[in-house]
Amino acid sequence: MTVRARSPRLTPRGAWLAAAPLAFLGVFFVVPTLAILARGAQEALGGSIPWSRIADATGTTAVLASAATLGSLVLGLPATWALFRRSWRGARLAVAAVTVPFVLPTVVVAAAFRAATRGAAWASEEPGVWLVILAALVFFNIAVVVRIVGPVWAALDDRTYWAARTLGASPWRAARTVTLPALSRAIAAAAAAVWLFCSTSFGVVIVIGGGRVATVDTEAWLQTQQFLNLGAAAVLGVLQIAMVATAFALAGLLARRARVAPALAAQRDAPRARGARERVVIVAALVPAGALLALPLVTLVVRSLTTRDGIGLGNYRLLLTEGALGGSGTTAPQALGTSLVTALAVAVIATVLALAMATFIAARPSLAWLHGALLLPLGVSSVVVGLGVLLTLARPAAALGPDIGPRLLIPAAHIVVALPLAVSVILPAVRGIDARLLAAAATLGAGPARVWRTVQWPLARRATFMAAGLCAAVSLGEFGASAFLARPGAQTLPTLMFRLLGRPGAENVGMAFAIAVILALATAAIALAADPSARPARAASALTSSAQAAPDRAASAGRLS
Amino acid sequence: MSGLEVRDVTVAYGAAVAVDAACLAVERGQIAAIVGPSGCGKSSLLGAIAGIVSYTGTVCWEGQDLGRLPVHQRGVGLVFQDGQLFPHRTVVRNIAYGLEATGVPAPERAARVQELLELVGLEGYGERGIDELSGGERQRVALARSLAPRPRVLALDEPLSSLDAALRARLAVDVRDILRDQGTTAIVVTHDLAEAEVMADRILTMEAGRITGERAG
Repeated sequence: MTVRARSPRLTPRGAWLAAAPLAFLGVFFVVPTLAILARGAQEALGGSIPWSRIADATGTTAVLASAATLGSLVLGLPATWALFRRSWRGARLAVAAVTVPFVLPTVVVAAAFRAATRGAAWASEEPGVWLVILAALVFFNIAVVVRIVGPVWAALDDRTYWAARTLGASPWRAARTVTLPALSRAIAAAAAAVWLFCSTSFGVVIVIGGGRVATVDTEAWLQTQQFLNLGAAAVLGVLQIAMVATAFALAGLLARRARVAPALAAQRDAPRARGARERVVIVAALVPAGALLALPLVTLVVRSLTTRDGIGLGNYRLLLTEGALGGSGTTAPQALGTSLVTALAVAVIATVLALAMATFIAARPSLAWLHGALLLPLGVSSVVVGLGVLLTLARPAAALGPDIGPRLLIPAAHIVVALPLAVSVILPAVRGIDARLLAAAATLGAGPARVWRTVQWPLARRATFMAAGLCAAVSLGEFGASAFLARPGAQTLPTLMFRLLGRPGAENVGMAFAIAVILALATAAIALAADPSARPARAASALTSSAQAAPDRAASAGRLS
Repeated sequence: MSGLEVRDVTVAYGAAVAVDAACLAVERGQIAAIVGPSGCGKSSLLGAIAGIVSYTGTVCWEGQDLGRLPVHQRGVGLVFQDGQLFPHRTVVRNIAYGLEATGVPAPERAARVQELLELVGLEGYGERGIDELSGGERQRVALARSLAPRPRVLALDEPLSSLDAALRARLAVDVRDILRDQGTTAIVVTHDLAEAEVMADRILTMEAGRITGERAG
């Protein structure tokens, strides 16, 4: 008689909430991915598969990802120490600056490195181009190392370090025997994430390497676009999924072996930098990472402003002309329009689906594993998403009409990529609402729908808008899936930029750099608008206090704060 | 019988039985206190009466089983130990919440909110934000918010225990007077016998998930 696990229904939790998000992911992710697996298996047994090329691509991917992981740790860890273990004027700004690459589209970063090495012969030949790709991958992933390791390092109780020092350990020895083991779990997590990002980094490799450097992702694209061998592409897709699964398994293993739970301090103020020597060390720790981050972006801006007639807006003006077609049948303003409309649609649809999903999962603790399952699209490369959609949905979409159907595929693929991120942002906010607050609303006579509208939604609204901004930024910069699905006459800004970069002539390259700058600015603006930490909290509190004089505004201000 | 009747109510969390076939009855307009050590199941019993915790057994009001009604239609108010005021609403909008939910028209709503603000001694506090209130003020708002939609029964879960001793003694008297004034049928859960004696007409003792006895308040 005592068996009753389910709690009474206070908030919306009907299956209908999960139906739309799951159906969407089913059609646009699960079925396409299964189609790749089936097609890949079938072709591997009997198709004409260029096995040696595939083996080369797999090797290249593993080597590049491993080297880039190592490089990110080597540059990222000293920078993390300087940013999180020592306080100095401008440190917080520097943290923000270091994490900027995180939000930059891959194609923008790739274009920046193209700009930085333009004219250097070594950079376009075999060993040199690898180095440039490596540098670009490290550029991205320093931010990952800093973001994952930084908070753990900042919270580390340094009394254990000092205990080692009083026992006779030198600073280096204490760091190696005390600090490093305490950070091992965070470092392992960061390394796994970096490796994953690098091994699925399509945009950087294809934009910098052209066709010369083939990874699993870029080879799949080449097989699709140039050799029209969808079977080989499917085999590569299967490989990609297998590599990601292996990486996840290894990361899990690493995390379990790094068994040291770090001792965390209650007080978390980093000590002030003291002494000239320590200041030198801080500078030395930051310069390599700082230079790698700043130089390409600066050169990108400079090159975008460089024309045959000197410095000016010539490249930007050219974008407005027919010269910007890039052989694609799309002008830059058209591509900008497509990108913006797509980003808006993706932000709205992915966020609404994610909000429904988060409400559903938060109300059903027994289904918490669904969140993990929802993260799967994040794991596989966006190339797999694009290829899968192309394999399964290109024909049904064309049946909708040549003008409409194919245009829907890019936003759909973007939503697949953005939805897991949106759920990850919104779910903690919905879960974070005290269950008793919901119970209070219910005992006051509010049914589930009203509880959602008057309590859950106001308290999750901020995270929801953040998620929307994130989705828009992701869509704006998305390249992997778009490269498979973009058609002549319907390019997005990143795919148009890629086409321009691939064409001869200084003007085309100059226009590509101009597009990259526009993309970077647009993405940064969206990220800044959506991130509440960028918005001064003071404005909200000022609103609240001034609202006391005006009762009718109090409610809205109260909601803001 | 008239009033609230709880029969054989059992609350279990997995294998752990928090409330074990508890029975009690509270007359209409009466204030009953449940006193017992922490962990004896008092809060779970209140949760069952309010309907926010799953239970077996029956909870009846005026002979009608509330078991089939969802939480928001039971008419049982609940005051939490830490208030659980809505952080995104002002004092007025907190108190008005239940009136909005039950569809009370705006003019009537405003009048009722004003009446309750006066009742709990917080005139002029209406437009304040929740974070501008002291602990005692918050509990007064929580009480006013729960009383506003005129619940059949008001359940109070350690309503004063988060406050300091002097304030607690004063508020205990206030709460009793307010509940009497409104003629509210109420169950107060507390671990403080002296507080129970001030607030309640009857005192029930609870131990290990069961109502074990009764003493006059």
